[in-house]
Amino acid sequence: MKKPLIALATVLALAGCSTPAPASAPTDAPADTLRGTITVFAAASLSDSFRAIADAFTEQHPGVDVVFNFGGSSGLATQIVEEAPADVFAAASPATMTTVTDAALTDGEPVTFATNVLEIAVASGNPGGITGLADFADADKTLALCAAEVPCGAAAAKLFESAGITPSVDTYEQDVKAVLTKVELGEVDAGIVYVTDVRSAGDAIEGIEVDSAPVSYPIATLSGSTNPVAAHAFVDFVLSDAGQGILRAAGFGAP
Amino acid sequence: MPAGVAVALLVLPLVALIIRAPWTQLPALLAEPTVVQALGLSLATASISTLVCLVLGVPLALVLAGSAQWPAVPRRLLRALITVPLVLPPVVGGVALLLLLGRRGIIGQWLPFTIPFTPAAVVIAQVFVSMPFLVIAVEGALRASDSRFEVAAATLGASRFTILRRITLPLVAPGIASGALLCFTRSLGEFGATITFAGSFPGTTQTLPISTYLLLQTDPNAAIALSLVLMVVSVAVLVSLRDRWVPGVLA
Repeated sequence: MKKPLIALATVLALAGCSTPAPASAPTDAPADTLRGTITVFAAASLSDSFRAIADAFTEQHPGVDVVFNFGGSSGLATQIVEEAPADVFAAASPATMTTVTDAALTDGEPVTFATNVLEIAVASGNPGGITGLADFADADKTLALCAAEVPCGAAAAKLFESAGITPSVDTYEQDVKAVLTKVELGEVDAGIVYVTDVRSAGDAIEGIEVDSAPVSYPIATLSGSTNPVAAHAFVDFVLSDAGQGILRAAGFGAP
Repeated sequence: MPAGVAVALLVLPLVALIIRAPWTQLPALLAEPTVVQALGLSLATASISTLVCLVLGVPLALVLAGSAQWPAVPRRLLRALITVPLVLPPVVGGVALLLLLGRRGIIGQWLPFTIPFTPAAVVIAQVFVSMPFLVIAVEGALRASDSRFEVAAATLGASRFTILRRITLPLVAPGIASGALLCFTRSLGEFGATITFAGSFPGTTQTLPISTYLLLQTDPNAAIALSLVLMVVSVAVLVSLRDRWVPGVLA
């Protein structure tokens, strides 16, 4: 299904090149002048909301095809620095965006477009009887965090540090979705994830609020973009009321 | 020409790894306690897994090799079932192990102890993915071995156990050695089933491939160094055992 779409988009992109419409058209040009494909690298925690945003965006700009590469922000940043073809990068932490700005690969300054807070995730019914962060110091509970190498792990480490708790962790997972899976399968009593993950997991997962500092999500267009006009339009759309509404509905906070 | 492409495809990535390796930082990176810990855990669990595979896998290979007189259906079914872990994506194996032996697993929920997130889980995941290599190697050797020696020993009054110990096993020793070798290197490199079933905790379940993967997120140079270590250990095992144990396979 994806391949024909990409092929179609390529044809459209080529068609766009042959018409006199200049690539330097201002972003406030009439919507239907936008053509081609944009590739968006986005943090795994954005997957649901960015798909919804792309749907709304392509409704306004039917000539544009949005292709996603969702994954851990750190890994995505590494791929961009290794010159993976990308037009837009949306990261789950300023630190991972810095990897890309340090390599001078962004087109302009990154903008914060959303915030997220951490929450304790437990399986529905809370079989482990978790009440709060203090339970994470209990060696008898089975607990999962993200590895410190990925943003959710770094944020969780900061959370426990500011709470003065030394968590007794059983496993450091490679990304936030892996933590959620371990909680959902009942292999761990609790894990630390983002509030948006708890919300998108539905009935299988319950969240317990914690007092955590919000994490900022920055977005930027990339200097290597082959379709900068559409890339800028997508970033503008994420920052617009329509884009922000979708993010807010998924549980993200205002920037 | 296709053969040349094949060799390039197999060898060039490893050459790239060697070229990009941060040679000057290598000693410091390899002395990191986390690296030493992960390497130690990997070597220990892969060794135990190989032992378990030998103890359980050689008898299974004997049964398989002796199954020629069985009806076709159970014989083929058994062989197919044993081969499944070979073709299964390791992550699927990890999920399957969780559903069987996890805290809420079909068997796991009745156990008085929990298996996931322990070194035992690492070993179970490694045995799951690597045992078929041993079974198939040993079974192949058994089928290829000359059964006249066993028949001769039997006519001279040797018991079945004596025949197994003095004739059969020595005959297929090279097959067992190469199977064990495959088992060990496959266990050493195991990632998907391990991170899914055993999780990742430094010193307990975080093996070298897992720390390599996590380091790639933040410190690609360190990840390249660890990849190099895994490659060197694997190649060293091959080379050191080449002449003594498995002349037929790797000469």
